[in-house]
Amino acid sequence: MEIVVKQSHQCQCQSTAKGALDLIRLAPLEGFSVLERQDLAPKIHLLRITAPAIARKAKAGQFVIIRTDETGERIPLTIADWNQDNGDITVVFMEVGASTMMMATIGVGDCVKDVVGPLGVPSHIENFGSVVCVAGGVGVAPMVPIARALKQAGNKVTSIMGARSHNMLFWEERLDNFSDRLIVTTDDGSYGRKGLVTEPLAELLQNETVDRVIAIGPSIMMKFCAKCTEPFEVKTIASLNTIMVDGTGMCGCCRVNVGDTTKFACVDGPEFDAHQIDWDLVLARQRTYLEKENQALKDSKWRAFEKILVNIRG
Amino acid sequence: MAAKLDLNRVAMPKQGPLLRVLNFQEVALGYTEEQAIAEANRCLQCPKRPCVDGCPVEVDIPEFIKEIQEGNLAEAAKILKAKNSLPAICGRVCPQETQCEVKCTLAKKGAPIAVGRLERYIADWELADIAKRRPQFIASKPSGKRVAVVGAGPAGLTAAADLAKLGHKVTIFEALHVAGGVLMYGIPEFRLPKAIVQAEVDYVKSLGVELVLNWVVGKTITIDELAKDSFQAVFLGTGAGLPMFLNIPGENLSGIYSANEFLTRVNLMKAYLFPEHLTPVNVGERVVVIGGGNVAMDSARCALRLGAQEVRVVYRRSRAELPARLEEVENAEEEGTIFQFLTNPKRFLGNDDGIVTGMECVEMELGEPDASGRPRPIPKPNSEFIINTDTVIVALGTTPNPLIPATTEGLETTKRGTVVADKETGLTSRPAVWAGGDLTTGSATVISAMGAGKRAAASIHTYLATQVA
Repeated sequence: MEIVVKQSHQCQCQSTAKGALDLIRLAPLEGFSVLERQDLAPKIHLLRITAPAIARKAKAGQFVIIRTDETGERIPLTIADWNQDNGDITVVFMEVGASTMMMATIGVGDCVKDVVGPLGVPSHIENFGSVVCVAGGVGVAPMVPIARALKQAGNKVTSIMGARSHNMLFWEERLDNFSDRLIVTTDDGSYGRKGLVTEPLAELLQNETVDRVIAIGPSIMMKFCAKCTEPFEVKTIASLNTIMVDGTGMCGCCRVNVGDTTKFACVDGPEFDAHQIDWDLVLARQRTYLEKENQALKDSKWRAFEKILVNIRG
Repeated sequence: MAAKLDLNRVAMPKQGPLLRVLNFQEVALGYTEEQAIAEANRCLQCPKRPCVDGCPVEVDIPEFIKEIQEGNLAEAAKILKAKNSLPAICGRVCPQETQCEVKCTLAKKGAPIAVGRLERYIADWELADIAKRRPQFIASKPSGKRVAVVGAGPAGLTAAADLAKLGHKVTIFEALHVAGGVLMYGIPEFRLPKAIVQAEVDYVKSLGVELVLNWVVGKTITIDELAKDSFQAVFLGTGAGLPMFLNIPGENLSGIYSANEFLTRVNLMKAYLFPEHLTPVNVGERVVVIGGGNVAMDSARCALRLGAQEVRVVYRRSRAELPARLEEVENAEEEGTIFQFLTNPKRFLGNDDGIVTGMECVEMELGEPDASGRPRPIPKPNSEFIINTDTVIVALGTTPNPLIPATTEGLETTKRGTVVADKETGLTSRPAVWAGGDLTTGSATVISAMGAGKRAAASIHTYLATQVA
């Protein structure tokens, strides 16, 4: 079967435009062109994308929704970086299914079909005192701007980053730049400390005053971070990566029980008090389409597609 | 014209229920030319034009029908489009039976002229052949004024088209990746083909309207920024996008959808073409739809087409109170939808994996009329029972999205979250900002939103004339 990797039109991006009206005039003309692509770790990629209107407004903790092409899903990704002067934003994503595999084929000069944002409520930033930032896996990317903002606000920032193995780690130096201390863990002990992120977190809580904990990573990691901090009564924030469709409060796909109320992660979050979140429900709702994902990947088109990706990865 | 009253309303050809439930193609197939002319010939051309009073956008109905009688289809299209920029849409989804057709002189005899079917026929005839489409409106002299329209749904598209015809430079901001609003994400392909919606959007663009997709006003840019130096007037037509839930235990279990989510996945994201289109939707064997409106009917009919063995619409009042159009109820029933009346959900039951498995309900009986004028449903004591289900679609209606009111200084809203706007002009509490459609009324019809867009456009035009360019 012939596989066509679709490319949107090549676009002449005029990132010098800054005024609102200039951006509006340019919006229908220019697509969202990819300025940079990096392969940070196996199946983890970075895209820097022209999106001046979003770069102008982005704040730490917010996300965008990206649709790679006409048949793609609307995928929410937390913004990892942005540059207002250059008019671009950076996202980091992991290949977990057909849509993210499709996104992984995008290279410099290609355009993604749609990018919309910045969505969600920005992270609550103030001088809390001593803050611990816990980032797991691909969650390191969105944590960097949050740590940066917390540091700029005068906090003492301790960061803990964890990955399965050394080769899955990325942006250690970046996170370190905005941290007073950085602790690295790997599940297999191939780098840094062997073990899970919750182990150094528990030690910090026992040994010193921690005013706030922020966790971004797989839901199961965030759940256990919340369990870890609960006995110490330290305010803990988790940034949820629920399934979404529109990302603007329209569908309720991302709903989550927080305390006694239903919240929408897209407009009320994505950050919530981790001690109030019904984690089992978060995990259940995240599994909603596992069967469908497998079905998509069993499709002959996707089996062939995976071969292409292997070639791209080299 | 025949002197004798012709009471044989020409029926619309339809796909049969056994076939159509297997596909997403349009159910109603449209008139042929012969059928359209035969139906048009029944029109009495009453001098009092009662039908026009029933139309929220005041289409010159007898006039366009007269042109069909005489075979001047291009002229009919021109008359239609002078008042209605989206006729192929209205011809399909307007509730004509409660608007123009109910006022028809022949309605007293039980056979009103099928205005909607004729409207659709003319609109489709024009869309079918691009060569037939010539510029029908010489744009007015450019006014030099810019208007921002927020939301590319029925209200916004109508306001934008009217303002563009009057010579203003209009920019529509749309949050989604495609224009059309509820016409794209809400109403299914088999009731309103998306190619038809896009053809109507293209027509609005052809009038000089600029369309900016993927901009969430309130996030990407605020009303204040739009109003500050770029646009002399703003029209808000952002609809009622926020789904209502029952707020009963278990509602957040996996397998329970809002109708908005279910329909958005199916219609906007084309989940019915999965995995060619990558957005999935789960439809189990036993589907329950909660609610009795058109959205509930759309949800039920989509679920049947996606392979559900049993689709049950659960409604707390009786058949007589169903808010859905009779035609849609009949279509849903023909296709195999089961209706369970006088039934209200109390809680959802789930398994250990957090997936819904059932719904505990209570039987209802009808009491005295409530504030809405409909009999109040009252639970029967000790009548609880369980419906086993693996997919639930909650279709209870929607409220406006709070995003814009929350980010716009001085924009007054009601307790229900609707934006306060003058009924005649659409002007809000904020100077130079108008609003119309579901944002101001809560969920209503496509045509009432279009009417509001039209009235606001007229008011904006009057206002702009007083402003120095």
